[in-house]
This record gives sequence, structure tokens and C-alpha cells, in this order.
Amino acid sequence: MSRTISIEPVTRIEGHARITLQLADTGEVEDAKFHLTQFRGFEKFCEGRPYREMPALTARTCGICPVSHLLASNKACDDLLAVTIPPTAEKLRRIMNLAQLVQSHALSFFHLSSPDLLLGWDSDPARRNIFGVMAQDPQLARNGIRLRQIGQTIIEMLGGKKIHPTWVVPGGVNEALSEDKRSAMLAMLPEGLQIAKDTYAFFKTLVPKFKDEAEHFGTMPTLFLSLVSREGNLEHYDGFLRVKDAQGRIVEDEVPPSDYERIIGEAVEDFSYMKFPYYKPLGYPRGIYRVGPLARLNNADACGTPFADVALAEFRTLQEDSGPVASSFHYHYARLVEIIFALESMQRLLKDPKILDTRVRARARGNRSEGIGVSEAPRGTLMHHYKIDEHGLITWVDLIIATGHNNLAMNRSIRQVADAYVDGNDIKEGMLNRVEAVIRCYDPCLSCASHAFGQMPMVIEVKDAAGQVVKRLARD
Amino acid sequence: MPLPAPQANVRVVTLKIDGLDLSAREDETLIEVCRENKIPIPSLCWMEGLSIVGACRLCMVEVSGSNRLVAACSTRVAEGMEVQTNTEQLQRYRRTLVELLFAERNHVCSVCVSNGHCELQWLAQTCGVDHVRMPYRNAGYEVDSSHEMFRVDHNRCVLCTRCVRVCDEIEGAHTWDVMGRGSDCKVITDLARPWGDSSTCTSCGKCVQVCPTGALVKQGTSVGEMVKDQQFLPILARRRHLR
Repeated sequence: MSRTISIEPVTRIEGHARITLQLADTGEVEDAKFHLTQFRGFEKFCEGRPYREMPALTARTCGICPVSHLLASNKACDDLLAVTIPPTAEKLRRIMNLAQLVQSHALSFFHLSSPDLLLGWDSDPARRNIFGVMAQDPQLARNGIRLRQIGQTIIEMLGGKKIHPTWVVPGGVNEALSEDKRSAMLAMLPEGLQIAKDTYAFFKTLVPKFKDEAEHFGTMPTLFLSLVSREGNLEHYDGFLRVKDAQGRIVEDEVPPSDYERIIGEAVEDFSYMKFPYYKPLGYPRGIYRVGPLARLNNADACGTPFADVALAEFRTLQEDSGPVASSFHYHYARLVEIIFALESMQRLLKDPKILDTRVRARARGNRSEGIGVSEAPRGTLMHHYKIDEHGLITWVDLIIATGHNNLAMNRSIRQVADAYVDGNDIKEGMLNRVEAVIRCYDPCLSCASHAFGQMPMVIEVKDAAGQVVKRLARD
Repeated sequence: MPLPAPQANVRVVTLKIDGLDLSAREDETLIEVCRENKIPIPSLCWMEGLSIVGACRLCMVEVSGSNRLVAACSTRVAEGMEVQTNTEQLQRYRRTLVELLFAERNHVCSVCVSNGHCELQWLAQTCGVDHVRMPYRNAGYEVDSSHEMFRVDHNRCVLCTRCVRVCDEIEGAHTWDVMGRGSDCKVITDLARPWGDSSTCTSCGKCVQVCPTGALVKQGTSVGEMVKDQQFLPILARRRHLR
């Protein structure tokens, strides 16, 4: 008799989701699915609104990564204006994007994933959270909170508030950087960099302990998609799209973001509200690819900052062959490398004397009927695509959210983890936590497609073929 | 109520507002006396320099000896009058009125170009509207962005008719009017033609400046960037009356 295990909601992720595991008569996993259970409808209700509202509207998709939407949306609006924004405005936008990367990666690593890494997959679920980390290793918890604070404070200094700043506008930014703020930001960065280096060194000592997880947490062969700079280096704001295959061969390079539709298609499945993007030349679902920190490091030739380049070289040794790092478990590692890169890059940008230039905005009206903006959100490549009428009102919107790109990969990953760890005849909490943990590797931002609500109890139900619950595990 | 023509000799009356002994010209309204004496009374449709319609009912006050509330904008002062402007009952009514305005249309402050510079938002803050107790209608209203310089978003309109009056009484163009009833009521340009096709609009922008919300705004502004300048209105109104 086949049975279904449902993990709902998946905990310690941003947003609301469910995992179902379909078991065969023998107790082996027959199928695994990751469901996004909430519908938001941004692409529809934005229609009819003035395009200048889009950055603020779409930033409301998420409270964790609003800056990413703000930037991608403003880039799409820049495209509608058909302007090149002032160089200082671009640098300031880059700083905000990097600050967001720091705070978001810190949230993912310290607050959401470190409980598993520090306390163990099978530890008491009541303690397996940031408070448990505080009790076990107070300094690590303090470091995580401080690192996030540094990122958030820089966003606030630039944009006026930590969440949903409106400082980035179509054509640039609406206020130049002051010397006082620059000095205050530069004063914070060395502490952040030290925390990042210390955490990186600590995590390197943990990696060998998770050899088994690294072998089973999403090691399937996939393509990798990300932006890279004109030089082929790590890039989060602009540049070109690059796609590498599972062997590390570049299959697409120097693809202008405006040409994304040539390589990316979107499929839908009836079990999830999240779309399933795929690499068009390989079709669906063969065109599975991953985005985010792992993909960015795999795709980049170099980081371009001193310590991050050292860390990148060490990251590449995680893969025994010469190919790209395949295990999704190493998203955590990649995230720490990117935090170092972001802090080093912010120092470099802030020390540029031109960063205080007061020409930070280009002004124009809608000069094109279609605009595309692509940037790298903490979780991966984010695409905003708008069409407007002759009066500047939105007629069509397509948003491809970073987490969406990873949808196929997340589904494959839970299947792989479930195959390796789940015994349908004897369901244990720690076993299901590993299924959730592989999702956490991707740090999915389901807030971008759903809202969390109320308490988030964890309920696992085993059902027989007739839909009768034969076993139920619950966690409040 | 049309604006009174300035007269050379008017009597001065004495009255009490919130316990304060005050004097005023007998042709003044209660709201004018309150504004002169920095007694805060909320209002949306009233604006110095424009005729009075008494439509928003936010400036209602209690007058001793009267068993009904009166609008401070359309009530003239009288000798011996005793007025209360901020009783518990008035606070409750005002809060409800503001909540109804929010529930009626789609005033999504966070993405509005007038965010932080909006009279409705300020009213909500001063009236203690921390949430809206009645269900939102969520009815969709159109955005007319056809004008080269300005835009009207009917989702954010409170039907105060300041735009209608300033266009007629100060600019003299009478481009704006009001059409429809109930929830279909809306301000229109040139017998409901798109604003950009209006043959009477002079593009002076007075309607945009007097609009209390983000309903009438300049093109090219992003969230929070629409700051309105209403200083011009009393100056123009005075000059017009003197002429």
C-alpha cells in the first residue's frame, strides 16, 4: 500500500511550503515533491499601475530581500527610460546590494542553518534554533546577529530605512552619499570582515564532519546559471549571463540580460504555485539548473578581492574532480565566501573618491515600451521584465525569482535526500529534518511567493492509498 | 459656500473654544479662528483660499446649546458661542471617517509617491488609525496617465473636490468636475475625456498642488518624492478678492 508523508510547513526557511514524500509498499520513497502553497499574484495586480511604482510595489514581495527586487525593478525601469545611470549611482546601488547580500547570507547561515550544523540533525527540535545556538556557542550567535546588523545598518544609512528603502529610483538614486555616512560605514566593515573570516575558518573545520550529507544533499548533475562581470568574475549587480554544465564547460557566455528569454523558459506544475524555469535548449525538465552562491562561485573565473579569492580556491577543492562543486550542501560554504567578497568589495567601493559625487540621477520619461532588469539576489539571479503602454502604465509583468530557478533542483534534492535517509517503515524526526535541511541549503525565499502566517507547526502525516492517516508526527 | 468678500467694517465677537476666551471678526468661520489660534481641527475638503463645501465632515465640532454637531468650516462665529473641538465623541467620529476613506479606495501608502507628504496619512496618524476596522472594498479604479506632466490615480482620491474648486475659482479653467454617484463618483476632466486630451487644461498644476493625497501627482516622481507646495493659494486668493 503506497503512503504519503507530508512535511508542512517546512521550517526555518523564508516563507511557507510543504514537502510530500510518496512511499511505495516496501517503505521506499517513490516520489518527492516540494510545494509552494501560497499564491501572491504580483504579476497580475501590478498591471495598470504606473511603472515608477514598480520598484516599491515589487519590493513588497519580500521583507528579507527587498533590496534585490528594488534593484532588479529599477534596472528594468532604467531600461524603460533608456538611460545610462551616473557611474556613482551604480556604485552606490552596488554597495546596497552587497550589504543586502551580507545580511541575507548571515540570516541564512547563522539563524536558519547553523542550528543543524552546530547541534546536529537529530538534536532536540525544541533546541534546534537560534536560541539553541546561543546556548551552545554564544559568540557564534553574537557574530551572526552583528554581521546581519552591519548589513542592515549600511542599507539604512544609504536608503533611510532597513526594510523597503525607496532611495533607489529609476535613473539612479535620489540622494548622494555624505562623507559622514561613508566614514561610518567604513568604520564598521573591518569588524564585519573579521567576523566573516573567523566564521569561514570555523566552518572549514566543520565541513569534514558532514561528508555524508555533502554526498547526498543535491549532488545531481545540473547546469549553473549566474551573472558574471565583463571579465568573467563574480558579479552581483550587472554583467552578462553565463551557463556552465555539470562538467564545468561554458555552454552560454556573454548573454546580455535582455536576451534571457532566449535561454530561459518557464514551466508550471499543478502541485506548486512556484514556476519551474528551465534552460530552453535542453527543454523541460532536462534543462535543470541551479542559481545562487554555489552557481555564482562555480561560474566565476575569480572573485576579484584578495581574501575571497583565497577562499574561492579552497572552495574549488571541495570537488574531488576538476568539475564544478556539485553538492548543494556547499551552498553554505559558498555563502560564507560571498560574505567575505561583499565586505571586501564594499570597502573598495567606499574608498573610491568618486563615491561622494553628487550627480547620482539621470532623468527621463518612458522611452521604451519594454524593460528588463537582471541582478543577483542573495539566492540567485533575479529577473524583472515589464511592458508599458504609451502613457507609462504597466501592461505585462514577468518576474523570475531567484528561488524559482532552483525549483527543479530543490525537488530533485529532496528526492535524493529522502532516498538516502527516509525509511518509510520507521519515520524519525531527524530523518525528516534532513529533508528540510537540503531545502535550507538553497535558502529559498518563499516570502517572494508566499506569506508566513500564524504559528508554524511541523506536521508529518503518513497516509495510505485511500488517504487515511496511518501515522502522524507533530511539532509546535 | 462662496468666500465672503472682504468688508471694511465688521464687528468683533467673543467666544470660547475649548475653554479659551477668544475674539474674532464676525464674518470668520470657526475653522479660521481655530487655525489662527493654533487649535488643531482636522480637515480635508477645506482649504484657505477656496470656497467651502463642508463635504468631508472631519472638522465637526460641538457647540453648546445645539443638539447636533456642526462643521467648523461652514459655521460662522457668534457672540457668546462655546465650542468643543476635541471631545471623545468627536475623536471617535473622526477616526471612523478616516477609516472609511481608507476602506473605500486603495490608499496603499507604502508604494505611493506622496508617502510621507500626504494629508490623509497625516490625518490617520493624528486620529489614531492604527488599523481599519471595516472591510476594504478593494474595488479597482483607473489611473489616467495621459497628461504629459501630471497623473490622476482615482484609487487615491478622497473626493474632496479641491481640484475642482481651484481650477474653477483660481485658475478659471474649470477643467475638473465630478461625475457619478456613490462608489462610482469620481473627478473628471472635460466631460470625462482623458486628461491628456483636455482642451481646457492649462497645465498650471494647481490641482496637483492642492490635492491632499497621491491622487493628483507630477509625472516622473517615485515613491515618497511628491512634495506639494500649497503656499501659493492664499496669496492668489487674496489678490483675486482685492481685485
